[in-house]
Amino acid sequence: MFGATSAIAEQVARLYAAKGARIFLAGRQRERLDTIAQDLQVRGASAVSTYGVDFDDVAAFGPMVEACGSPDRTLIAYGTLPDQQGAEGSADLTAKALLTNFTSPAVLLNLLADRLHSGAAVAVITSVAGERGRQSNYVYGAAKGGLSRFLEGLRHRLAPKGIRVIDVRPGFVDTPMTDGMDKKGPLWAKPERVARDIEKALERRDGPIHTPWFWWGIMAIITRVPARIFHKTKL
Amino acid sequence: MVIARRAEQVLSWGRCHRFDHVRLIPGTIDEAREAVRGEGPVLPFGLGRSYGDSCLNDNAVLIDTQRLDHFVSFDEAKGEIVCEAGVSLDAILALLATKPQTDGYWFLPVVPGTKFVTVGGAIANDVHGKNHEVEGTFGRHVNWFDLARSDGQLLRCSPEENAELFAATIGGLGLTGLVTRASIRLMKVPSLMLEVEDIRIRNLDHYFEVAEESRSGWTHHAAWVDVLAEGKAAGRGIYTRSRFTTCENSKEAKSGGPRVPVEAPSWAISHPTIKLFNAVYGRKLFGEMRRTECTPYGPVFFPLDGVSDWNKMYGRGGFYQYQCVVPKDLARESTAALLPTIAEDRQGSFLTVLKEFGDITSPGMLSFPMPGTTLAVDFPNRGERTLELLDRLDAITLDAGGRVYAAKDGRASAEMLVQGFPKLETFRRYVDPAFSSTFWRRSAGTR
Ligand SMILES: Cc1cc2nc3c(=O)[nH]c(=O)nc-3n(C[C@H](O)[C@H](O)[C@H](O)COP(=O)(O)OP(=O)(O)OC[C@H]3O[C@@H](n4cnc5c(N)ncnc54)[C@H](O)[C@@H]3O)c2cc1C
Repeated sequence: MFGATSAIAEQVARLYAAKGARIFLAGRQRERLDTIAQDLQVRGASAVSTYGVDFDDVAAFGPMVEACGSPDRTLIAYGTLPDQQGAEGSADLTAKALLTNFTSPAVLLNLLADRLHSGAAVAVITSVAGERGRQSNYVYGAAKGGLSRFLEGLRHRLAPKGIRVIDVRPGFVDTPMTDGMDKKGPLWAKPERVARDIEKALERRDGPIHTPWFWWGIMAIITRVPARIFHKTKL
Repeated sequence: MVIARRAEQVLSWGRCHRFDHVRLIPGTIDEAREAVRGEGPVLPFGLGRSYGDSCLNDNAVLIDTQRLDHFVSFDEAKGEIVCEAGVSLDAILALLATKPQTDGYWFLPVVPGTKFVTVGGAIANDVHGKNHEVEGTFGRHVNWFDLARSDGQLLRCSPEENAELFAATIGGLGLTGLVTRASIRLMKVPSLMLEVEDIRIRNLDHYFEVAEESRSGWTHHAAWVDVLAEGKAAGRGIYTRSRFTTCENSKEAKSGGPRVPVEAPSWAISHPTIKLFNAVYGRKLFGEMRRTECTPYGPVFFPLDGVSDWNKMYGRGGFYQYQCVVPKDLARESTAALLPTIAEDRQGSFLTVLKEFGDITSPGMLSFPMPGTTLAVDFPNRGERTLELLDRLDAITLDAGGRVYAAKDGRASAEMLVQGFPKLETFRRYVDPAFSSTFWRRSAGTR
């Protein structure tokens, strides 16, 4: 689990703990990692190790990937939700958003890819926001969209080796990352729900998935709206 | 640290109290400690399974414990579980089901009628189960907990350490501080199956007879009562008693039952539908006088959990649950007075339950149970008419020296509550100055 303190990763980890898995948790907040590790241990994980890392520091990835060995299942779940308007006026914010949400996972995936064995599966959380650039969050959307394209290529590369690459595209999920938003309405999903979809995909799927599934339909429409109509919306 | 905060309207389970709140959602114990030092008045919030206003804090702050949901340790030799306060009993039971022991399973000694409550909420209401006569309340099985106070302290409380604060917090309605972690003692059961016996009850006298007779050999008891039965038939219903056992030929446990998607229209809960339900349910035994079967604990302990959001059945107005206990020596007489008052008024609903409390005392200062008989009834909220009926029930309870359950209350008079809590004055000393609730301001604020 890379980004193990993320709400979705934590729920996925619980599903694997219940199956008695050995789990490697990498994340920035040491104390939270320890809390989560204890919890997973109680829930049935046969071993849990933690690794403190700042995912913006891509130079530090070598030893981390070394420490995690050759995982059967990998989830990359870190990311930030940058303030779009802030980023529009700030080179720093834009660069940082792209670093955390695109460059960093891309670097990590390339390092990891060499260590994976046949039958392994990697899931990476991208976003429905990556499927069409929109004025309200195209910096985040571009990073996630770029990551989706990266995964597409990686999948192409690893498929002959029997390694599956899953691009997880959640819609609105009720996690600390989205605490600033109004969470009313039927489109919001709980992280437990999204975690179940991810676990299922890690066990049998390949390619992109939407979670909850209905986002597939929503995005099919949104990506097909002609620009002259799309540009009139505030999306 | 940036603690998540949302401004929103929050309803309690009965859906007739809705207020604006600021909801803080700490993700760690450190954040929780910071949240309690906040703007005040604050109140901890679990899964909102309290019916009335005791889990609400109108126009003030709720500290939502949903993200404090981590286990800390599970000692399989001693049967002791340590977890954060936002862990639900559901999560604990699910975990225990995956940890068979050589001689059975560990289980929570006390569970309320729904498993969707948090450990913090179970402590703060000192909840009881169908086995009060055998195990007492939830609070009796707490080894210790950590309590975050608004002065920044995090205090370990147990019967030995900070004993007074321990007693005040058990049943303390969230007013003494925020429980962050707790250690719970488990009990060993031979399997996760129950032998269940349903007995048709003719009337109230028959209820007391069966209750008496069931004391030997059975651990869990409750009777469903046909609330519309009057005269000689008052108290008619079905007595269900059960005990853990090892048995085969079980019914499969089903997961994920139906859901009530939206608030039901008001006719859904009306006199004719209630009458129909009671008639049908009352025939559950199909003429048999008694029936024994072997069943997973879920449907026996948590029958309502099979229908998600069943509280929306009562429509926009919501409903009140009235739960009182009347002391042993007057139990028969007072219950005999309560039932016809409810029947005559024709407002009562599907769920009417009679249950016995035993004399195991709780460590809690404001704990609800006392030796005697407890009655719980749901009433759709019809405004004044309903409140007036509940006042009449209060009068009978008060007369008998009984009390009402704060977890279910949203309207009883201050007088009622003062009588119900003989240790109220001692309790006041342990209330955290930054903590309050709608219930507390409404009831104990006035003497
Ligand atoms: C279908 C159903 C059946 C029920 N059956 C029973 C029953 O058989 N027996 C019984 O006793 N009760 C029963 N109840 C009531 C329920 O058990 C209690 O109301 C319980 O306390 C709810 O827990 P909660 O986590 O939802 O807490 P909430 O309702 O959210 O809060 C309850 C109280 O706990 C406090 N609190 C919550 N978390 C903490 C914390 N971390 N630290 C300090 N205080 C905290 C709150 O401030 C509040 O005062 C039933 C409820 C329902 C809906």
